[in-house]
Amino acid sequence: MARLTIDRVSKTFGNYRALDAVSMEVRDGEFLAVLGPSGCGKTTLLRQIAGFDQIDDGEIRIGDTVVSDARRHVPPEHRRVGIVFQSYALWPHMSVFDNVAYGLKVAGVKDPERTRRVKEALALVGLEAFAERRPGLLSGGQRQRVALARCLVTEPSLVLLDEPLANLDVHLRAAMEDEFARFHERTATTMIYITHDQAEAMALADRIAVMDRGRLLQIATPSDLFRQPANETVARFIGEGMVLPAEVGAADSEGRCHGRIYGLEVSLRASPLQKAGHAKVCLRARDLAIAGPGQTGLSAHIVRTVYQGGFFRLEASLVRAPDVTVHLAVPEPFHHGPGDVVDIVVNDGWVLPATTES
Amino acid sequence: MSGSAAKAMRGGDLTLLWGLVVLVAVLSILPLARLVLEGIAPGGALSSGVIGAVLSDPTTWTAVRNSLVTTFGGTVLAVVIGSIVACFVALTDMRARNAFVFCFVLPLMIAPQVTALAWLQVTGPSSALLKTLGLAPPLGTRNPLYSAEGIILLLGIQYAPLVFLTLRAGLRALPKELIEAGLAAGAGKLTVLRTIILPLMTPPLVAGIALCFVSSLGNFGIPAFLGIPANYLVLPTLIYQRLSGLGPSALSEVAVLSTLIGVIAMAGIVVQDLMLRRRDFRITTTSTAARPFELRGWRLPSEILLWALVLVILVVPLAGLVATSLVPSYGVPLTAASATLENYAYVMFDHAASRRAFANSFGLSAAAAVVIVVVSVPLAYFLVWRRSRMLRLLNLAAELPYALPGVVLAIAAILIFLKPLPVFGVSLYNTIWIIFFCYVARFLVLGLRPVASGYHQLDRTLEEAAQVAGAGLLRRLVTIILPLVAPAATAGALLVFLTAFNELTVSALLWSSGNETLGVVVFSFEQGGDSTYAAALAVLTVIVTLALMLATLLFARKLPQGVLPWRD
Ligand SMILES: Nc1ncnc2c1ncn2[C@@H]1O[C@H](COP(=O)(O)OP(=O)(O)OP(=O)(O)O)[C@@H](O)[C@H]1O
Ligand SMILES: [Mg+2]
Repeated sequence: MARLTIDRVSKTFGNYRALDAVSMEVRDGEFLAVLGPSGCGKTTLLRQIAGFDQIDDGEIRIGDTVVSDARRHVPPEHRRVGIVFQSYALWPHMSVFDNVAYGLKVAGVKDPERTRRVKEALALVGLEAFAERRPGLLSGGQRQRVALARCLVTEPSLVLLDEPLANLDVHLRAAMEDEFARFHERTATTMIYITHDQAEAMALADRIAVMDRGRLLQIATPSDLFRQPANETVARFIGEGMVLPAEVGAADSEGRCHGRIYGLEVSLRASPLQKAGHAKVCLRARDLAIAGPGQTGLSAHIVRTVYQGGFFRLEASLVRAPDVTVHLAVPEPFHHGPGDVVDIVVNDGWVLPATTES
Repeated sequence: MSGSAAKAMRGGDLTLLWGLVVLVAVLSILPLARLVLEGIAPGGALSSGVIGAVLSDPTTWTAVRNSLVTTFGGTVLAVVIGSIVACFVALTDMRARNAFVFCFVLPLMIAPQVTALAWLQVTGPSSALLKTLGLAPPLGTRNPLYSAEGIILLLGIQYAPLVFLTLRAGLRALPKELIEAGLAAGAGKLTVLRTIILPLMTPPLVAGIALCFVSSLGNFGIPAFLGIPANYLVLPTLIYQRLSGLGPSALSEVAVLSTLIGVIAMAGIVVQDLMLRRRDFRITTTSTAARPFELRGWRLPSEILLWALVLVILVVPLAGLVATSLVPSYGVPLTAASATLENYAYVMFDHAASRRAFANSFGLSAAAAVVIVVVSVPLAYFLVWRRSRMLRLLNLAAELPYALPGVVLAIAAILIFLKPLPVFGVSLYNTIWIIFFCYVARFLVLGLRPVASGYHQLDRTLEEAAQVAGAGLLRRLVTIILPLVAPAATAGALLVFLTAFNELTVSALLWSSGNETLGVVVFSFEQGGDSTYAAALAVLTVIVTLALMLATLLFARKLPQGVLPWRD
């Protein structure tokens, strides 16, 4: 019932394409994170779903109802979505209780019922004791919870969250992340969660949509996104992937193939449909290691080592391609430094599917 | 969440918007169109007879010349005083800035006719103040203020705060790097002022000059008090005399005169526009305001000079006014023995017209303030948050009645309301409602501007949060937006109230027996030679004005900067 369908939605500001034919399908009860660099159009997408702007092209459906297309536009007050703004947008002239009660009042929910539901919502976020306070007197995390309670009290079928944790400090973020996760489990509402923090997205989401410059690059589970990025941009953006050119053979039905990276023979993962030829390979830091005795690897000059507690992050440029830099984690003790040459073995990698990415 | 419900809702928004558009059009465009029509087709028949007659009458051109002389003179004086003071207040480390700004801007909030009356009490042979001090010129000497120079002096003092306010706002927006870069390049402070600050201040300065020009041109109180006794007529006083002498039969004629004054005002505004279009004055960086220049040894002398200015333009005339209000009859020196409160008692309790005038002015000003705020809150919502070309035009239309001289609107209102209204069959002419109409039309923008700046300060997501909660536009306006812009709206309401309360130009032309305003009664006391009563009534209006201004300082912290002109 709260399925969200976004079908080739475009939005231009002046002559800038903030959204460029974005399509996605969000399942009922799903927790979808939208990830992308600053200015890629995440907030714009959210605002189109909520209905604050009129889209130029495409269609947005909530459940089976078309709420936006090039001609029709259901205003936000009739969409029954909940939203938590990055700035929280709590009304400073109302108490916490009144803030939360507002949506129910608007919906005409009468009193014993209204008070009960507000109290429930506040209990859910652990703020019963603060009902009579003004939002101005709350801490950042408490405000965040009020905003959440306010958004959930009307039991919207679809909840939109725009970087809800961006203004909180690291500890509070971790605590709130847990809360969101439990929350989603309990209520099973469809949630669209915007963030530019990958760890947050991976920890919370059923699926992650990656956006860049107004376009949707990939939508997949966190693990698929990490293990099988759809293209070079996603590969580089997620988990600091390295993208190297390779010659690959055709993949077998298990999705494995042989490849050669700068002359080094490696075994790679690939789509079962992968054909032989030139390709690009995404490597993760964990796929790389310093060659042991008897192993062959890629020779590389060490550029930098950074101690990160128990291991070093090592950055090295390939001897055969000095402008290609790779990075990997090396356990201590490790006695080499910048300028030294080491051999790096490649244990795994993902062949990026050939696309027409521009 | 059906499609038809959605359409209905958007229909609701549109109804409100169109309601506002029609209202503003009725308040602004209709009167001006009616005025122009009267010039072209007097009494409904197309003819150039009246235009020809008015334009070939030498009195017209004498008045035009006098208007231009006093307007230019007054503007120059205001610019000199206003810009020097603005530089000191905005750029230096002078002390007691708030108190000074309050005192310096006060003349702007005091009615021009009260300023005129007050100054007359300081300079004439019958001046209670001068008599008391033994400085009065011999009886029979002409009061030197009954002259073009007198009008220029008072216009300059009245409107110097306008230049001050626009310039100060500009100086505040000046990023400190620009000044620091000049200083770092080795320029002295005065060189920086001359070569960097003043050139960049051209737009606010020109805006201030234009404002001053239009206000001086439209001023009625000062030339009425100082010019009419000397038979020195400017356009507004000429219109007043024609209308009060001949009544509505002179309407076509004064319509032409009003159009003439409107054209001169527009010319001033157009010149301002042209001057600013020639060059690029855009300030590219934004940062905190400049750190004040240290005056060091010059600080105390500068402060003494500035406060001496306040003494001359504020304290002395008010002292003269108070002195006159306390003597039993005009020409008697004020002593412990002669001082009396009888004048106050008379105007407050005995004189029916002034008692009525209090009620009328209070009622009119309060009603105008309330109506204007009620209109401004939704209007500013659309103007600030739903920008479009039509809304920009609407904003312009809302500004027009205030930008043009008050007589223009007053004459236009007479033309509209002289005949009974088409549908209702009642005539507003000679009722208090015609004054009310003019007040709402003319002062709308005074309420609108603070409310709009209140919106600019507001995070729009506060409204959007209510929107996703399901609240329609009206409900959002009432439950979310109104409480949040309330301080700015209150400030706007007070500005409207104070301006309307001290107003004379419009009501001098539109009043009728029983519908006098305070300005009208002060004016007729003075014209009838009852200066002591006029002074007492004027002092009372000043007290009310002052009290309200001081009251606003209580909640000034909650307001966007620059909303209250009298606060630094
Ligand atoms: N109302 C608007 N008018 C013009 N341009 C806009 C408007 N809203 C957004 N943009 C532009 O659209 C682009 C995408 O903006 P958006 O706010 O969606 O980015 P974002 O992904 O949310 O970024 P961030 O992570 O920094 O919040 C930006 O280049 C922005 O400048
Ligand atoms: Mg954003």
